[in-house]
Amino acid sequence: MAQIFNRSTNTLSRVSIFGAVFIIAALITVWGVMIRSPYFTEARVVREQPVPFSHKHHVSGIGIDCRYCHTSVEESSFAGIPSTKTCMNCHSQVWADSPMLEPVRASYREDRSLQWTRVNDLPDFVYFDHSIHVHRGVQCTTCHGPVEQMPMTWRENTLFMEWCLQCHRHPERYIQTAGKSIDSPRKLTNCSICHR
Amino acid sequence: MKADRFWRTLEEYSNFEEFQRSLLDEFPPGVSERPAFLHRREFLSLVSASLAFAGLTSCAPTVPEKIVPYVRPPEEIVPGRPLFFATAFPLGGYGLGVLAESHMGRPTKIEGNPDHPASLGSTDAFAQASILSLYDPDRSKVIVNGGRISTWDAFITALATELEAKRLNKGEGLRFLTETVTSPTVALQLRRILEQFPAAQWHQYEPVNSDSARAASRTMFGKYVDARYHVEKADVILSLDADFLLSMPGHVRHAREFASRRRTQPGENRMNRLYVLESTPSITGAKADHRRPVRSSDIYVMASRIADALGGKTSTGDAWVDALVRDLQSARGKSLVIAGPQQRPEVHVLAHAMNAALGNIGQTIEYIDPVEPNPVEQLESLKQLTRDMQNGAVDLLLVVGGNPVYTAPADLEFAKHFANVRVRVHLALYEDETSDFCHWHIPETHYLESWGDIRSDDGTTTIMQPLINPLYGGKSAVELLSAVLGQPTRTSYELVKEAWGLDEKAWRKAVHDGVAKTEGLAGGRSAGLGQNYSPPWQRRGGRASNTNFAKPPFLRLRAAALALRVLRLRAAALALRALTRGLLASTEVFAQELPGASPLEVVFRPDPTIYDGRFANNAWLQELPKPLTKTVWDNVALVSPATAQRLNLGQEDVIEIRHEGRTIHAPVWISPGHAHDSVTLFLGYGRTRAGTLGSNRGYNANSIRTSSAPWLAQNVEVRKTGGRYMLASTQSHHLMENRHLARRASATEYGEHPNFAKEETQVPPRELTLYPEYPPENYAWGMAIDLSTCIGCNACVVACQAENNIPVVGKLEASRSREMHWLRIDTYYEGDVDQPEMLFQPMLCQHCEKAPCEPVCPVAATTHSNEGLNEMTYNRCVGTRYCSNNCPYKVRRFNFFDFHAGERPSMSLLYNPDVTVRSRGVMEKCTYCVQRINHARIDAKKEDRLIRDGEVVTACQGACPADAIVFGNIADPNSRVAKLKAEPRNYGVLTELNTRPRTTYLAKITNPNPEVPKVGA
Repeated sequence: MAQIFNRSTNTLSRVSIFGAVFIIAALITVWGVMIRSPYFTEARVVREQPVPFSHKHHVSGIGIDCRYCHTSVEESSFAGIPSTKTCMNCHSQVWADSPMLEPVRASYREDRSLQWTRVNDLPDFVYFDHSIHVHRGVQCTTCHGPVEQMPMTWRENTLFMEWCLQCHRHPERYIQTAGKSIDSPRKLTNCSICHR
Repeated sequence: MKADRFWRTLEEYSNFEEFQRSLLDEFPPGVSERPAFLHRREFLSLVSASLAFAGLTSCAPTVPEKIVPYVRPPEEIVPGRPLFFATAFPLGGYGLGVLAESHMGRPTKIEGNPDHPASLGSTDAFAQASILSLYDPDRSKVIVNGGRISTWDAFITALATELEAKRLNKGEGLRFLTETVTSPTVALQLRRILEQFPAAQWHQYEPVNSDSARAASRTMFGKYVDARYHVEKADVILSLDADFLLSMPGHVRHAREFASRRRTQPGENRMNRLYVLESTPSITGAKADHRRPVRSSDIYVMASRIADALGGKTSTGDAWVDALVRDLQSARGKSLVIAGPQQRPEVHVLAHAMNAALGNIGQTIEYIDPVEPNPVEQLESLKQLTRDMQNGAVDLLLVVGGNPVYTAPADLEFAKHFANVRVRVHLALYEDETSDFCHWHIPETHYLESWGDIRSDDGTTTIMQPLINPLYGGKSAVELLSAVLGQPTRTSYELVKEAWGLDEKAWRKAVHDGVAKTEGLAGGRSAGLGQNYSPPWQRRGGRASNTNFAKPPFLRLRAAALALRVLRLRAAALALRALTRGLLASTEVFAQELPGASPLEVVFRPDPTIYDGRFANNAWLQELPKPLTKTVWDNVALVSPATAQRLNLGQEDVIEIRHEGRTIHAPVWISPGHAHDSVTLFLGYGRTRAGTLGSNRGYNANSIRTSSAPWLAQNVEVRKTGGRYMLASTQSHHLMENRHLARRASATEYGEHPNFAKEETQVPPRELTLYPEYPPENYAWGMAIDLSTCIGCNACVVACQAENNIPVVGKLEASRSREMHWLRIDTYYEGDVDQPEMLFQPMLCQHCEKAPCEPVCPVAATTHSNEGLNEMTYNRCVGTRYCSNNCPYKVRRFNFFDFHAGERPSMSLLYNPDVTVRSRGVMEKCTYCVQRINHARIDAKKEDRLIRDGEVVTACQGACPADAIVFGNIADPNSRVAKLKAEPRNYGVLTELNTRPRTTYLAKITNPNPEVPKVGA
């Protein structure tokens, strides 16, 4: 009977069966690296906003503290986005006619909220509490990156669970507690701390 | 072989050989037919392609969300932290002080107000479920005029025209029909209206009212008084068909006070003792130390027996009664006789006489001026209105709240005469049966949406404040009446504030506290009937004494005259003779037994979860299992097992009940402990216009209810129709099957064997486990539930549902045991089927230290926290359901469907933002309110301290009126829960399985009277 396959097929089959394990492992590795890359995670991607707000100018330039605008960060789970009134505290007098700030003035005038694009967002099944992190000495920049250098705001880190666990498993690497006790990783890695 | 043949279908029977062959066929026809157009290879390639693409769904970048701040932020709101506002929940006209929890301006949960004497920090199931009716999508949203949408301005114009005409003839033909009104502001407005229109009249009616008590007090004192009970002061309580723990005004406080006298240590006995005579098993009956099922029509006779015995007769020939009487007499001044609001006035008169004879007036029972500013006998008021409507004397009728077309007794033919009224206006929360008959329907604001005021049964007044603007632009009763007074633009805020006339500081304090001083407003002060007021009989000389019962001719003649006129029973005539003689000369009067095999009676009762029908569209209350029958989504006709046997009735058989020419059909439910020859029917169902959930469900008991006998019908015929009706019940059998789940003992047994509860099963030693112990931590969460005090009222079940966004599944799924309540109340019967002992056991996730559910989860979606919580991570769960399979307590609930699919938008305002709303395919269970624990832990850490005992209150604990559930840190030996767990009667359920549950129970201790014999009903 005539051979259907060429003799080289023998070698090819042996190589591919032996190499299957390595090929699959390589594919999985490539996939794992890809999915953590900024292309997929969209870290460092600037988000478009209704007003081109510059943290660099307001924080580095003028020296406004984070908590002047993000007011509930020490009391509540939610850090807060400044209301239009907070912006108008200054901008009713400073740059009061700037066209770039017209959406802010319009919002205040018409009593209609500004719709900012969310930069740092966690999935709905994660219940993150800002106030306890701040209280424990986690700096704003630890998670949010060098915000004071951002002319437009982007998310610095992936905010994946594995990224949060880097700290939750080794809190002493990221916070300075000035002698106070840190919770054990066992406690910090209970599921119900974040998921409920 | 032919004898072995059994068949289930006719096909099977007629073609047995072919049927046998079909069973052998591995793939019956129809199962494995493949689509004709698809060959195997094409099918495989499609499947593999879709599988390949399936993984790609996870790598699409997420669309960024919007984040929207305020423009001008309100001062008090911190996003992420709830605020609590004091208001009151109105039911039956009486207010229960509550604190409503508000997240970012939307109320999401009701808690009790600890400063309010009617609440004492707890609530009941109705108050908990009231938050759902705020967001009910079926609420009426627009003003309707003759079937077309209209506006408030149009209504005002029309009303003004009508009232102008009425002014000319002093308001002749103008009528108001309200429900029970305790609100001082509403009463003030109605008084002003009646001053402006002197010929107008104000009628009040709602089906569940205090008419009997009113008639009795009118007979006894010549005026209306309200009774206030001090249950905690009573050592012996006798309830004559009075469900004072659940259905009467003040029941939350009564439950708390009753529970405070049920807790005991071994050896000491400061427990009270409760005797209950009732026909329908109720929660109060379930808590009784001695319960005797008595037909509702025989309660009067029993009460007379007891009264006579108290009056000096030595023996009635009934050992049960004799023992009861001795017990009552041993507790003079510390006993309490309560008559049920649905019993006839004569029973109330007797109850009062008994209290007087025992010296209880001013001690355990106190008389106060009526809480209502204008108390009336409501059925009479409705009858008068109906007569006037029939005669054409009513021209303009404003129905302010209530649903009289549905709730009026059938013989009044209210709907028919209602149509005689020229202009009919209805203000209500829903477009209901009455709205269909009205020219104008105005949507009413929910109590959480408007300002108002209300009083509780003890007179405490609360100023009700809104938590949210009216969702649908409704109007409150106060605003409607203001429109009648010619001021349609005034808001309820202005009107209530003006009526109170307080200065700003006092006003803010009253609103903030939820409790207001009542000086200056009508009513509320004690009528002084305890100490200062001397009833007519006492004025004839002498203090109330044991024999005083026999002395006063005023009382005896009146009562006896009433008895004769109404009853016309031989027993009544004899009672009259006996009473007038002062002392019972002949003992044979009551030696005769009650007639056996009596003619059937029908007893009407408000439904335990739907009340009089107003909650028919409230899904939480529809799905809430009724306390003893555990049926959901339907009302049933209760009969005792012996009566069912006599009439050949089975469970779910449909019976026809005929009374005075009217019939209804109702499904039977066999109720152990029910009185014989008595059928209980429940109000609130059979509605035609109650929204999507409440309409056309159950039978309408009002259609055979008559005004002459609104609670008890005696000329009835009951007939089996042969039909059957599927009833859904969440607990199909009530036996413990020798598993020692709910344990109980008498107080004497407890004194002799304090550890009886632990000894009923054998618990494996602590070292017997494969898994290592958890290291000690600051917090170890645990819970103790006291079965002595749990009254089975279901407040905890609804509170849990509100706090944790638990969905409602509907009747069909509930019949498949797929109801989603994380906490259920199991009811167990023990003993004689005619007089069973009834036990309640709340069952929730036990948070076992060695939880069987944790090791079997293939994806580790359920884990154990180091503080002892059995955690549930919904996003990890894949729906294997192995955990529920392994749970011995069956407390895990699975989302078989996406119960939130197709939900209307207003429902999304209801959910608690701190708790995930679960979708299809995930398992859920009690989390010990982990959201509250986490908040408390974070707050404590921020203040550098540990969580204090009592700082974390789970939703169930907070709602419980009897304070039966206690949650806390068992690692702290001084915490309340640790001390309760240290009590000898503490035990765990199914501990022989070595689960080590953190939720333990305190066995029920009863306080039976050793002299009382066990009686067959």
